Amino acid sequence: MGYLVAAYAVFWVITFGLIFSISARQRKLQQELEALREIYTRQGRA
Amino acid sequence: MRVDRITVLNVVTAIAILAALYLALIQAPDPANVDSEAQRYAQRIIYFHISNAWVGFFAFLVTFLGSVLYLWKGERRWDILALSSVEVGVAFMTATIITGSIWAKPAWNTWWTWDPRLTTSTITWLIYVSYLMLRSALDDPARRARFAAVYGVAGFVSVPITFFAIRWWRTIHPVLFDASNMGLSPNMRFPFFFSLGAFTLLYFTILIQRVRVEQLADRVAQLKASISASIR
Repeated sequence: MGYLVAAYAVFWVITFGLIFSISARQRKLQQELEALREIYTRQGRA
Repeated sequence: MRVDRITVLNVVTAIAILAALYLALIQAPDPANVDSEAQRYAQRIIYFHISNAWVGFFAFLVTFLGSVLYLWKGERRWDILALSSVEVGVAFMTATIITGSIWAKPAWNTWWTWDPRLTTSTITWLIYVSYLMLRSALDDPARRARFAAVYGVAGFVSVPITFFAIRWWRTIHPVLFDASNMGLSPNMRFPFFFSLGAFTLLYFTILIQRVRVEQLADRVAQLKASISASIR
């Protein structure tokens, strides 16, 4: 039973690790994009 | 209320994976010809172990196709597809190797042996980890994409070798399918094939998100370039 639990735990840890890593990168880039858009718009007005 | 297609895909994938988990752990029958309780439980690992391996191989096939298309057309989208698929494939291959090792302990009484399948799987994993490392070592985007595409085509040679290793060489790794035989009893087939389908869906769901990250990174880089050009 221990081997079964360990194997499925490995799968979940790796899958969620990958999904969280992708979401974190996406969030960070989205924030960066918003900030850059604001700078770009302000430059356009100046 | 408007629900976008990505949300629908995420929900369908989550339900499919939970259903695959139920089928593998509860609905699938106990295998015949096993000696101990530990082996009986461990046999249920194969449903997710093989599905992980299938996604790993499929992801590297997508990388191969993306690399060929990049070398042919020179369009950034194919480079994004190849890179994104390697990242997903490496994660699933890592899970394949670790879950296989956990299965091996009760089945073979060892965590690891340099069997042809285990050796070729490790080589394939190392090839694609190197792909990611080498990519991050190159600064020029065009050179990086070209180099990665050539590597993505050449590196794919390891995938069929890994797949056929258990058919070409003497091995202790089980062969589930060959041309004339199916190593699964009829009532194990539905949980097995359902799991393969659910994992394929999971692959596409993660791949789409990973591709979006790369497209977002490109937009950020373009905007940064425009801002610095307007300052000069």
